[in-house]
Amino acid sequence: MAEDQRRTISRRDLLKGVGAAGAAAILPGKVDEGSAQPASPGAGTDPGRARSFAEVPRPRRLENLTADEADTLEAIMARLIPADDLGPGAVEAGALNYLDRALGGFLAGEREEYGLNLAALDRYCLSSRGAPFVELSTTDQDSVLIDLEGGSATGSGAGFTGSSASFFAMVKGHTWQGMFGDPYYGGNAGFIGWDLLRYPGVRLGVSAADQQRLEAGELLPERRSAYDSEMFEKATAMQRAQGGVEHGD
Amino acid sequence: MATRLPGTDVVVVGLGAAGGVAVLPLVDAGIEVIGLEAGTWLTRRDFAPDEIRNNVRDWPMAVQKANLEVPTTRATPDSPSFRGSSHPMMNAVGGTTLHYWAQAWRLNPWDFKVVSETTRRYGSSRLPAGTTVEDWPFDYDELEPYYDRIEYEIGVSGQAGNVAGNVDERGNRFEGLRAREYPMPPLRWTGFHERMADAARDLGWHPFPGPALINSQAYGDRAGCVYHGFCNSGGCHVDAKAGPHTTTIPRALETGRLTVITRAHVIGIDADRSGRATGVRYVVGSEEFIQPAQVVLLASYTYENVRLLRLASSHVYPNGFANNGGQVGRHYFSHHQGAPVSALFPFDISAWYGLPAQGVAVDDFADDNFDHSSLDFIGGGNLWAMSDRRPISAANGSTFGRAPSWGSEWKRYIHENADRSHGSYIQKTTLPYETNYLDLDPVERDPLGFPVLRVTAQYKQNELAIADFMQDRMEEWYRATGATEVSRGGLGNAMGLSTHAFGGTRMGDDPSANVVDRWGFAHEAPNLGILGASVMGTSGAHNPTLTVQALTWRTAEHLVKNWSSIAGG
Repeated sequence: MAEDQRRTISRRDLLKGVGAAGAAAILPGKVDEGSAQPASPGAGTDPGRARSFAEVPRPRRLENLTADEADTLEAIMARLIPADDLGPGAVEAGALNYLDRALGGFLAGEREEYGLNLAALDRYCLSSRGAPFVELSTTDQDSVLIDLEGGSATGSGAGFTGSSASFFAMVKGHTWQGMFGDPYYGGNAGFIGWDLLRYPGVRLGVSAADQQRLEAGELLPERRSAYDSEMFEKATAMQRAQGGVEHGD
Repeated sequence: MATRLPGTDVVVVGLGAAGGVAVLPLVDAGIEVIGLEAGTWLTRRDFAPDEIRNNVRDWPMAVQKANLEVPTTRATPDSPSFRGSSHPMMNAVGGTTLHYWAQAWRLNPWDFKVVSETTRRYGSSRLPAGTTVEDWPFDYDELEPYYDRIEYEIGVSGQAGNVAGNVDERGNRFEGLRAREYPMPPLRWTGFHERMADAARDLGWHPFPGPALINSQAYGDRAGCVYHGFCNSGGCHVDAKAGPHTTTIPRALETGRLTVITRAHVIGIDADRSGRATGVRYVVGSEEFIQPAQVVLLASYTYENVRLLRLASSHVYPNGFANNGGQVGRHYFSHHQGAPVSALFPFDISAWYGLPAQGVAVDDFADDNFDHSSLDFIGGGNLWAMSDRRPISAANGSTFGRAPSWGSEWKRYIHENADRSHGSYIQKTTLPYETNYLDLDPVERDPLGFPVLRVTAQYKQNELAIADFMQDRMEEWYRATGATEVSRGGLGNAMGLSTHAFGGTRMGDDPSANVVDRWGFAHEAPNLGILGASVMGTSGAHNPTLTVQALTWRTAEHLVKNWSSIAGG
């Protein structure tokens, strides 16, 4: 793929979201450009690459979350989809950036729920494990997340707005969106999520020959956002449910 | 104060799958038509392959008039009702055909004659208790020319199985006799589809590619499918998916006799003292209009067709328009598409670039294609193995008990298996029952203050028995194809809201049991036509859209041929 085709919306968003130094280090071009590797096995299996992601300093520019909230959420995301010997995880993919931006847009209605439940989470961690979530060992963090997921933290008096399982499902759902969604929305940096799934990327058309290449494990991944194509209207992507879309007619 | 507009020949309420088709035969016959559509025009530029917007955030359905009037649902008259936040259909010129799956099935001949055929073959005692099912007022052969017309007018791809009585084993050997082939060959198969088909043949079944309202090659001025994988809940960026917005409506506009009014929310149907329809009322923004017409064609979705009739009460229709017989809202049912079966394979199935209309069908257990003598149900299901996968949904898939749902272990699992799972789609015969119906909710209202619809409906024993039987067949099929894990969902209970909602304004000769006559015009108001699956009395085991469109063309043609008697009054 030519370099100019890589100058994409997702790259610009990445720069905005994680800072120029971080973005330069984690953009796919620096890792596997021209490596022409097949879709299977995925790029994420390279442990060297995983380290390089983990080492990236990631100055944040938060739009909606507080720094404390962001720290806790990132710690949760780091356990949900960890960076490990298989490759980078949700933190490196910028799932937090996705969520932070969405909380000022489509997910604005859930902003308050995040604040209240993150506070409840820390109260729960303090009373049951003796420290806020970010200070717990990963083993304790995992056990807390299991409590949340199973709903057993609900009646703890910590003040979850509903079932702790609902809060867990909300965070997990948004983490998955930030990890595996189109990079246009600020997550899936460097196509980390799609590589993990061995998804060969968004294409505007797939010929019978492409399909055969896919089935033979020889289809090269496309690395672009849907909105890199000029033909698609970007405004419609950012509409909020309550706002109503105004289409030209 | 409502503005009274100049009259027109025909006003069509809703320009979706039905209304958007009806306009063409009318304007071609010289009839002036005004089409009222609650949504707007969308274009290819709106159809980005974007899973977050299309699938996670349910765009464009999330920003729709339909979402302001979401019906409440409950299983039985004794159970509490619930109201969700999203409507299964969308508003736009072209309606839900913009993003639907576009499977283009004809009904099986048996579906038109469920009562008489069941009685003839097994005895009348085999009709399920409490069902209100009737034979249609005509048989498959009556509708065949209209199926054919739609297949060629709009464009359907597929493999015929029975052209003029010559069975072709490449197609559906159980289909009703058709006059000619499809206008286009079927959508292509992947290697996985070939495997599934081979396994089905090994089981002694008869697999074939399903028909689609999607071009498999260029058809007229529209391109062939490009298989990009975002068809499900997404619009088509090359217009390969066929809807009225790319076919019949533009052709009708060219005549100059169709006027399309968008953002028009119809709120009422007016009647004169004899009960004839005189026109409709609608609002655009905060302005209200009265559109007089000689003929009204009601072509919104099943739920809104019924709601608009029930809301339009007057001294001549105290219980709703054309409802003096008490039939508006009765004989409701929605396709049992639930009770899913899913499987995990030990190999990639390469489903990333597919579409729900691309796949392998088995009809050996649909309708009355098999002997029910020793079974405890009538009807059956269509087994459908398609290609449909996007990254977020793939990552959210079941781990079949082989891994937790997050953490490093999950990561290893999903890296290997994201493209190795498959979910079946099994549509099952669903019947109308005495205790399943639509009416107005006594509490919930839309923002204009009108009651929303209430759905009281539950799958009964016959549907659950079919579901159980079909899950066995699907598991057999998956195992024969090499699945290492198979899991099943529950058999179903409350019907909920559906994209396949039938009945409520059923078609039939007997005015005491049906709202519209055999041509689709109301028994009580002969210049009110009703279009859509709300007139269908049975569902068969296949998607309703093609049947809806065939019925629509037939109703419009009847109107053209009988214009003076219907419109004249």
